[in-house]
Amino acid sequence: MTIEIPAHMHPSRSFQGLILTLHNYWADYGCLILQPYDMEVGAGTFHPATTLRALGPLRWNAAYVQPSRRPKDGRYGENPNRLQHYYQYQVILKPNPPNLQELYLGSLEAIGVDPLLHDIRFVEDDWESPTLGAWGLGWECWCDGMEVSQFTYFQQVCGIECAPVAGELTYGLERLAMYVQGVDNVYDLNFNGREGAEKVTYGDVFLQAEQEYSRHNFEFANTSMLLRHFEDAEAECKALLDAGTPKPSDNLAMHRMVFPAYDQCIKASHVFNLLDARGVISVTERQSYILRVRNLAKACGEAFLKTRAGGLAAA
Amino acid sequence: MPDLLLELRSEEIPARMQRKAAGDLRKMLTDGLVEAGLTYEAAREYWTPRRLALDIRGLTARSKDIREEIKGPSTTAPEQAVQGFLRKAGLSSIAEAHVHSDPKKGDFYVAHISKPGRAAEDIIAELVPGIIKSFPWPKSMRWGPASAKPGSLRWVRPLQSIVCTFGPETEEPVVVDFEIDGIRSGNVTFGHRFHAPGAITVRRFDDYVSKLEAARVVLDADRRKEIILADARNIAFANGLDLVEDEGLLEEVSGLVEWPVVLMGEFERDFLTIPGEVIRLTIRANQKCFVTRPQSAGEDLSNRFILIANIEAKDGGREIARGNGKVVRARLSDALYFWKTDQGDLPDLDQLAGSAEKFGLDLKKPLDQRMARLDHLNVTFHAKLGTQGQRVERIKRLAGELAPVVGADSALVARAAVLAKADLQTEVVGEFPELQGAMGRKYALLQGEDASVAAAAEEHYKPQGPSDRVPTDPVSVAVALADKLDTLTGFWAIDEKPTGSKDPFALRRAALGVIRILVENNVRASIAQAAQRANRYASEQLFHSGAAMLEGDMDTVDGETEYFLYSLRDQHSPNDEETAIQIIDEDGCFLPNGSERRGFREYGSDLLAFFHDRLKVYLRESGARHDLIDAVLSAGSRPISPLVGEMSAKPTEGGAVPPASHSVAPPSALPGISPTRGEIGQSPNDDLLQIVRRVEALGSLLDTEDGKNLLAGTKRAANILAAEEKKKTLVAETVEPALFREDAEKMLYAAVNHAEKEAGQAIKNEDFSAAMLALSVLREPVDSFFEGVLVNDEDQAVRANRLALLARIRAATDQVADFSKIVG
Repeated sequence: MTIEIPAHMHPSRSFQGLILTLHNYWADYGCLILQPYDMEVGAGTFHPATTLRALGPLRWNAAYVQPSRRPKDGRYGENPNRLQHYYQYQVILKPNPPNLQELYLGSLEAIGVDPLLHDIRFVEDDWESPTLGAWGLGWECWCDGMEVSQFTYFQQVCGIECAPVAGELTYGLERLAMYVQGVDNVYDLNFNGREGAEKVTYGDVFLQAEQEYSRHNFEFANTSMLLRHFEDAEAECKALLDAGTPKPSDNLAMHRMVFPAYDQCIKASHVFNLLDARGVISVTERQSYILRVRNLAKACGEAFLKTRAGGLAAA
Repeated sequence: MPDLLLELRSEEIPARMQRKAAGDLRKMLTDGLVEAGLTYEAAREYWTPRRLALDIRGLTARSKDIREEIKGPSTTAPEQAVQGFLRKAGLSSIAEAHVHSDPKKGDFYVAHISKPGRAAEDIIAELVPGIIKSFPWPKSMRWGPASAKPGSLRWVRPLQSIVCTFGPETEEPVVVDFEIDGIRSGNVTFGHRFHAPGAITVRRFDDYVSKLEAARVVLDADRRKEIILADARNIAFANGLDLVEDEGLLEEVSGLVEWPVVLMGEFERDFLTIPGEVIRLTIRANQKCFVTRPQSAGEDLSNRFILIANIEAKDGGREIARGNGKVVRARLSDALYFWKTDQGDLPDLDQLAGSAEKFGLDLKKPLDQRMARLDHLNVTFHAKLGTQGQRVERIKRLAGELAPVVGADSALVARAAVLAKADLQTEVVGEFPELQGAMGRKYALLQGEDASVAAAAEEHYKPQGPSDRVPTDPVSVAVALADKLDTLTGFWAIDEKPTGSKDPFALRRAALGVIRILVENNVRASIAQAAQRANRYASEQLFHSGAAMLEGDMDTVDGETEYFLYSLRDQHSPNDEETAIQIIDEDGCFLPNGSERRGFREYGSDLLAFFHDRLKVYLRESGARHDLIDAVLSAGSRPISPLVGEMSAKPTEGGAVPPASHSVAPPSALPGISPTRGEIGQSPNDDLLQIVRRVEALGSLLDTEDGKNLLAGTKRAANILAAEEKKKTLVAETVEPALFREDAEKMLYAAVNHAEKEAGQAIKNEDFSAAMLALSVLREPVDSFFEGVLVNDEDQAVRANRLALLARIRAATDQVADFSKIVG
């Protein structure tokens, strides 16, 4: 696929151009191009389009950008490589096609990485998300020694064996953009590909927010409120799952409230991350919080298998 | 004879698994072939990141025919028996069976079964799928549409294709045909992912290797390693540099590339202010690159590093080197930040005053701040053994007591002990735990500590194994001993001893460390006493911290620890100070009452036995005879009971004495001070150095003619005695010179008296060679005695007296070793 694009939209010039190029590439392959999930999450994997849709037997091919929040990674805008809010480009293909590695390499070529000029490598990296009860095998993908993506064959999600296995690609968009734009500081990235007065940088868009959120995450977030929110989200998740549980009288044992329950699981996870950043969770408590979120995720995953999207056959 | 080529091509296999996997493949397949009745001349395995390959030469083309006979029932047997026989032999009717005759049994059925040999191809086609399905990967996965069903194929990463050809050199090989989960064997493979994307058809190993090479794949990992090493050395040399070699990294990198291309990158010289080890580890761990140093410039690194790419880039590798340089720079920026941060003030200084006071720390100094923080944060050492801060307190006390024993300055030892673990709170050690100690030393020197104190921060971890250097500076020796003894007694007390191959806390290494430090520095110390003291400090602490934890929130404690703490509390009220002290009396007991009492008396002898085991290993490895060690230990355990007794002071009246009065022992009872044996009543087996010296001296004695004959004579004496004692023959209590009839008796008696006294005196002076020499002069009179005197005299009194004389020989030699344990 070659699409003639104007220079200002080229990935080597423009952050948004990079995103659009990836969208084009994966849309052309046959992916649904979804939008970011409208909740705070720690990684693109939390989007229900990955966590839930990776379960069950149905085909599912989707790509989307997901803003990801890692409150602890805030650096008040002073570190050129670290952000508490950044973008992941996420591709999920179930079952994984046999040529997923080639497809991935094709996407790199599409954004201008020539594999005979740059050293692209697949280096062992076993992925695990304790909060989602998920793990998979795969690699960190290196470009000239820099990790630009993660490549994972999901084996288990929400504590449930994946059948079939889904392939997940996660591109660190800022890092990749810094690479193709040849920029050393994330805030110097050209966001819109324009020059002169029209040029907008990543810093113009996000620097102030990074400073403000760092203050929030480390100094001002109300911890007693957050502790309450965690409890509330946990209770609500369980209550919604209970309320949606199929009744013995139902013709089809279908669960009726998985997505809303899963939202509460996501919320609990983010609140936990904030509490962790505020330093109010001790090492031993940490484990038990992770376990609590994981239990919610497990329950949601199990409920999802009892829905049409989870592969429950129509009556 | 035909050859077999097998290739299993997959997506990238983790570097650390490749070598073993290829070896497993060879073993599984060759074992299977042999078991199926085939033989082969040679087999060799190969691997790259994307394939495991196997080259088997000279395989037999088919297995041999096998004939066997299965005996059946008599021809007159009932139908049921005949049917059973047919099933067993696999026959469809009795007409297929033969009838044999036997003069006794009469006629009976026999089935003639002939199993024809099988073609090697069939055997291979059956074997390989089974091996693939049961392959022992440390971690394996499912993939693709097939994974929708349970039981689908697992491999380390998706398996892409299988090449399996078979045939003699003179003929066109055939494809051994089989299929596993939709993957069909064939003769097609692929070369380098980017340089040669097209399919390659192969016939046998020879053209396989050359076609792969043409397709930019070096199949042999050892050749890839040679290429990398040679090119890296050359490129370094051409730039006036030396490669800093690293076998582990070389092995790993050779598993990351199919076509190694060595390039050089660089970073700013400013980063060279970071210690070289930190730079090396940063670049190695994150980027898998080698570092270099200027030729003949000592240990300093250069600002050039060497990277191994997997392609011959169009631009000669300029972009690749530049990109890697950028990442290395970012990583080194982090490292530099860590290194600088560690030399500055901590942000939470105002909270550290309490901890600083406890350890006498100077909060103006960076390393002191880190130690204060280590204590302040209550960083756990082990759930049942308290915090790192508590541990440092214990090490400080024990090292302080050991200081005079090893001739170290007490003030320096105290300072070294409180700074020894401070670097655990530094950023650099947080990033690279393997630099613990080394960083402590650097930071200590930077803040102007005494060189011995700085050295102890690094050397107290030593020796890390049988070949590691042993610390010699007395300050390091004191802290190293205290550290190791604290570890050993602590884990012994909570019953976390090494079992079999499991030794998660490296306690064997710690014990060997203690042995080597004592022996190689000529330090006399009572192991039992030092260990007992270490144990008492741990007990005190455990009790107090346990009581405190029980008053706090039990939610944060794991179940096992909780049980442990409650069992502590259940046996005495934590508020009852008197009981509290009682459980940690001079013997260092843990639990005072009930069946679970586990005092030092009980496990202390166990710990000492552990030391003896380690000592045996140590001595055997340095060439000493096993039986000599046993002889010395056996003799040492006899005269005085080994561990308890005179050495441990009894608890004072009522046992309710505060621990403070115990912690300062009377000067004569300082651990290990033993100017002469007996003065503090310690067992000879408790002094490891003394054991070693005795074994050495015994070895020298037995190397001499006199020694060998003395051994023979002594054994003969002992055997006669043992036999007579068995017969209950009377042996006189003491030797009565008046009963001597022969000159040889008189001579021997005089010699034994003399030798015993001399040897005893020499042992008192701890001159074991002199003791042996004194004994060796017994050889002549012992020999003459056995030549000229008949022990079994008719006169019972004379006989009893002669036997008593023999007992004296045994007693004299027993002073140095139990000769009965010596072989030969």
